[in-house]
Amino acid sequence: MKKLVISMAVSAALVVTTVASAAPTKIGMITTLSGGGSHLGIDVRDGFMLATEMANADLEVIIRDDARKPDIAKSLANELIQKDKVDILTGIIWSNLAMAVVPSTVRGGTFYLSPNAGPSALAGKACHENYFNVAWQNNNLHEAMGHFMKGDGLKKPFILAPNYPAGTDALTGFKSRFGEAEGEIFTKLGQKDYAAEIAQIRASNADSIFFFLPGGMGIAFMKQYASSGLKLPVYGPAFSFDEIILGAVGNSAIGVKNTSQWAYDLDNAANEQFVKAFRAKYDRTPTLYASQGYDTANLILSALEKARPSDKDAFRKALKSADFDSVRGSFKFGSNQHPIQNIYVREVVAGDGKKPTNKLVGIAISNLQDAYVSQCSL
Amino acid sequence: MTNSNVSLNQSRNMSRESWVNGFLLVAIVLAPVIATMMDEVYYVNLSSRIIIIAMAAVGLNFALGFGGMVSFGHAAFFGLGGYVAGIAAYHSFEGTLFLGLVPATDQMLLIWPVALFVAAIIALLIGVISLRTQGVYFIMITLAFAQMIYYFSISLTTYGGEDGLSIILRNSFVVGDSNNPLQFFMVCFAALILSLWLTHKMVGSRFGAALTMAKLNETRLATAGIEPYSIRLVAFVVSAMITAFAGALFADLNGFVDPSMLSWHRSGEIIVIVVLGGVGRLFGPIAGAIAFVLLETFLGGFTDRWQLFLGLVLLGVVLFARGGLIGLMAGSSRHG
Amino acid sequence: MTLALAFEQLLNGIQFGVMLFLMASGLTLIFGVMGLINLAHGSLYMVGAFVCAYVTGLTGSFWLGLVAGSLGAALMGVMVEVLVIRRLYHRDHLDQVLATFALILILSEGTAWVFGSQPLWLDIPSILKGSVELGVLIYPVYRILIIVVGVLVALGLYLLISRTRIGMRIRAGENDREMIGALGVNISVLYTFVFAVGAALAGLAGSLVGALQSVEVGMGEPVLILAFVVIVIGGIGSIKGALIGAMLVGIVDTLGRVLLPSLFQWFMEPSAAASVGSALASMLIYLLMAIILAIKPKGLFPAND
Repeated sequence: MKKLVISMAVSAALVVTTVASAAPTKIGMITTLSGGGSHLGIDVRDGFMLATEMANADLEVIIRDDARKPDIAKSLANELIQKDKVDILTGIIWSNLAMAVVPSTVRGGTFYLSPNAGPSALAGKACHENYFNVAWQNNNLHEAMGHFMKGDGLKKPFILAPNYPAGTDALTGFKSRFGEAEGEIFTKLGQKDYAAEIAQIRASNADSIFFFLPGGMGIAFMKQYASSGLKLPVYGPAFSFDEIILGAVGNSAIGVKNTSQWAYDLDNAANEQFVKAFRAKYDRTPTLYASQGYDTANLILSALEKARPSDKDAFRKALKSADFDSVRGSFKFGSNQHPIQNIYVREVVAGDGKKPTNKLVGIAISNLQDAYVSQCSL
Repeated sequence: MTNSNVSLNQSRNMSRESWVNGFLLVAIVLAPVIATMMDEVYYVNLSSRIIIIAMAAVGLNFALGFGGMVSFGHAAFFGLGGYVAGIAAYHSFEGTLFLGLVPATDQMLLIWPVALFVAAIIALLIGVISLRTQGVYFIMITLAFAQMIYYFSISLTTYGGEDGLSIILRNSFVVGDSNNPLQFFMVCFAALILSLWLTHKMVGSRFGAALTMAKLNETRLATAGIEPYSIRLVAFVVSAMITAFAGALFADLNGFVDPSMLSWHRSGEIIVIVVLGGVGRLFGPIAGAIAFVLLETFLGGFTDRWQLFLGLVLLGVVLFARGGLIGLMAGSSRHG
Repeated sequence: MTLALAFEQLLNGIQFGVMLFLMASGLTLIFGVMGLINLAHGSLYMVGAFVCAYVTGLTGSFWLGLVAGSLGAALMGVMVEVLVIRRLYHRDHLDQVLATFALILILSEGTAWVFGSQPLWLDIPSILKGSVELGVLIYPVYRILIIVVGVLVALGLYLLISRTRIGMRIRAGENDREMIGALGVNISVLYTFVFAVGAALAGLAGSLVGALQSVEVGMGEPVLILAFVVIVIGGIGSIKGALIGAMLVGIVDTLGRVLLPSLFQWFMEPSAAASVGSALASMLIYLLMAIILAIKPKGLFPAND
């Protein structure tokens, strides 16, 4: 944990002159900083902290590592809420950890802002006034790609995802916008050898491939697909094609189109500032996770200008108004406090040096709202 | 060293161990009580977490420490207990029937016997087959069965599958408010004391003597006319029931169950805790659980690389503190 | 399922079996000769992959990377053996479990510390990327390479164990540890050597597979469990057992994973079929092991009978 008290020197000077409340706002960030998939948590944290530093904010951010274990995340949530008495909790990457932590957190009165995980239950039946999702609902990127591929004239996609809730949601989301697929396979979670699946694709009449295989699974699939001789165009959500994963996949990914709520070459002032500052500070190009962390921090800061978290109703209202400059461009919440936003299409192209990179190609779908909003009573 | 010196040392060791045990017991009760008085809810829940994990290890210690059966699949029982509690809470909350037939309850006193029963049946089945093997083969076959149950739990999409199942409302205990952290702690503590008492009684009885002999020298046991196989089976089943009980409490503590409760990592962790505390020492699991959970919780507060330091500490204990933490504090045990 | 597809999956099963053999042979030697349960074997697999990825990235040569991966893992093995493992030979299996469990944590976090937390790039060199015609089917060259490597290693180990002095000492050590000490063999050097060989094989496996799949922290853990299953099925201490066990497990697992979900798809919709099918497929190996142990409680070809 880095009990980072941001810009202590500056704040100290300001505090003397500022009339407002004494204690800084406390934020607890539980995220995955070790083990497989940790680059997601690291990027969320780095994006978040960059925003707080750039704003010279008077915040206390306590960062803890959940090691991707639900019971550790739960224990950390207890510690941050009960012992450290944080006003806002954030940071969880994985949906299963979110489902373990969020419901009791928000019912207990603490605000939770999700910078990544967007399980459908929390967008629909189990939505709560203290829960805000700054990234998306999990199905969004898949829905957007379904819509895009349909518009792009593809007729017979072969779709794959691992057999776990996020995977089944992904293919459901895709099909809700595209329609029926030519072939559908649920792979085993953690599987790394896709020879059988590729053989099945080869034997089918598919004209394209859509897959959701996060982490090492996607890396393995892309490499094996690239050397299989099959030349079908590949599509997927950004989860398998973020700037860091592209470093591991290499040129096998070139030509793939992927959907994301953000791209580093999006043309707006906030984004330019963000990408430049991130590159300068961390010496790497930000991934979408970093953009989500950055936006989450800025949302909090914008709300803090209007109300204190201790005044729950006012703070909630301030959060809901989302009055901040998102790096995605315009940003607004739906009634279930999940974003209504444009989803973009990026294409993987050769980068300078060894690693390919993403290039913004266009908008996949505008003002996409999630499919669960009607189930939410808010 | 003369005989009298040896026995004097032994009795000193005995009372030293009793002192250590007593100290641990007092510490583990005082901590949440003081925390409640200081209105620090977090430490009460942390204490509950520690004693539940200790209880899971008490179960394993009975089979492993006293019975010599190294089970690498005890997480299966931990998870079974958890899922029984979780499924009961789920159906109770939703108002639906389990398998469309059985009405659910949210009363802990009704759920626990079910959890114990389920664990006993499964342990019996596993034990009957596994106890025909020995040594590393026993380790592997218990692992195999646990893995099968683990993959089965992942396939239960109705109960969340990989994502697990949330328990919206903690199950109720017959007296008091189970949502009150200190009261829930008391329930868990009572369960822990019960399992310690049971273990102590069984080990000290003739059954325990037979179990120890089965561990040390099977042939001698057989010459006394006792079958090591049935002794071990009983011990295995009892140990599974204790661990399952802990699992049911764990589910209610956290408010969710998920397949990770059944993973081989979890089995490994329980073994680590038993060995860390001191194999075959009555309070070994408690010392081990306190150390492990505190390290896991607080090391992360100092560094992102906390798992590395956790590994170093564990390594240090194994290499330099034979007999685990209890061995370190109370000297070697009477039976060696 | 066409004949070509079935044949392809059989070959994939053999290739998977080869990788398991590389892991299991080291593990079974270490257990057979030194009586040590080494949970950290999966971490050595990971270290090999990381070193290979790093060196390949640096030099541009996959072959150099392969050598570096094996050597790197061997070196790590030697370090770990000298510093930690050799204090455990006389200890209980439980202490070995605790110590090697701790080593997993240390090596995983250590790797992340040195190489960073993101997955590393490692790819098959372009000359190996094509496929070759084998009768009815077209099969990737690289996977054939893995199978060939496996056969060579099996041959090499066989020659080492049965035709060399060291091999003789290893066999003797498996039989009676105290005796060879009494006969004047330097046990610690022998043990370090065996550990290093096991580590090198694990590193080689990691490097070969890393190029095909991915290189990330924790990649060795699923393989570790399967490797233990293999040595138990094959019989501890036996290289022949490790080979046969590995082939059995590799083929059963691969075919099971492919056939079972398809089987269920005949009367269930895709997600449910996948759930049930893959759950059963995952359980299959453990079922196999349980059945084999029920019939032959010490595995198929136990070394000390």
